[in-house]
Amino acid sequence: MRGMSPIVQVIARLLAGMLFLFGTYVVLHGHLTPGGGFAGGVLIAAAFILMSLAFGSVEQTERNSYTLSSVIESLGGVLFVSLALAGYAAGTFFFQNAAVYGTGTPLKLISGGIILPANIAIGIKVGAGLFAIFLALGASRFVMKD
Amino acid sequence: MTELYVLLAAMLIAALVAIEIRDLLAAAVALGIVGFSVAIMFILLQAPDLAIVQIVVETMTVVFFAAVILRTTNVDGTLPGGFTRSMVFPAAMYGIFGVLFLVAVGRALGALPAFGSPTMLVAGQYIALGLERTGAANVVAAIILDFRGYDTLGEATVLFTAVVGVLTITRRAGRKERLGGGES
Repeated sequence: MRGMSPIVQVIARLLAGMLFLFGTYVVLHGHLTPGGGFAGGVLIAAAFILMSLAFGSVEQTERNSYTLSSVIESLGGVLFVSLALAGYAAGTFFFQNAAVYGTGTPLKLISGGIILPANIAIGIKVGAGLFAIFLALGASRFVMKD
Repeated sequence: MTELYVLLAAMLIAALVAIEIRDLLAAAVALGIVGFSVAIMFILLQAPDLAIVQIVVETMTVVFFAAVILRTTNVDGTLPGGFTRSMVFPAAMYGIFGVLFLVAVGRALGALPAFGSPTMLVAGQYIALGLERTGAANVVAAIILDFRGYDTLGEATVLFTAVVGVLTITRRAGRKERLGGGES
């Protein structure tokens, strides 16, 4: 895939870091403010998509990030399910939360039991999954034409 | 709540018709009746957002089925002819399981409040107890990741299936083979 003009590249370089940071913030504060794993994951994927659209990439890089992002997506899913299964390990039921981990102090970052780690798992999963879909649908076609 | 039971009866009849009828277009229409009945039930149970999703999905499904059937064949050739000896054991197993299931459901339903009433009971409990039970200040996060964690697991599975589907369709091996044939 070929890159875009220098104007787009400069703006993308400025924006991508902030997009990634904001996505991470939305994921980590999902239990305190509107947002959460799904919304934050989309923002994180958008940062990667912006960079790869603006700067372009060679086929080998794309194939590597395609493999890597599908592996990371599966790891996010495994993390989410193991959080749910941790309820069994503690002797209660699937997705048990407050009775096992406690609720913490409301409005603090570390509160809400498994809601914070579950948001992180979903954020990893959604971000990597959307980037893998982008690479599979959009990028490979441009590579083939060049 | 009488209208809910009328809809349920219509759905049962339509589902049986969809399985048994030999004309595939009629089977697709019967399937549509089941789906749109679910949409009407969502409206009656005060869940308009789900009703909108259900209408969209059901319309697309029926149109897709109809398009495929109109382009191919209209007759279902796979319906079994009669009852053979090899079907006795599975049929008996289905019967036993069905009876056990109905007995268990009959006992469990006695402990539940009446179907569909009061409509907003559970939602009110979530909003009232969300902060106290989970410690999450955002009540939406408390609902989707604590009270309704199973739903979120299902949503994550939907996304995972979508990714796997896209990666399967566009994978390099299949694409290269087809392009190699087309380009030369």
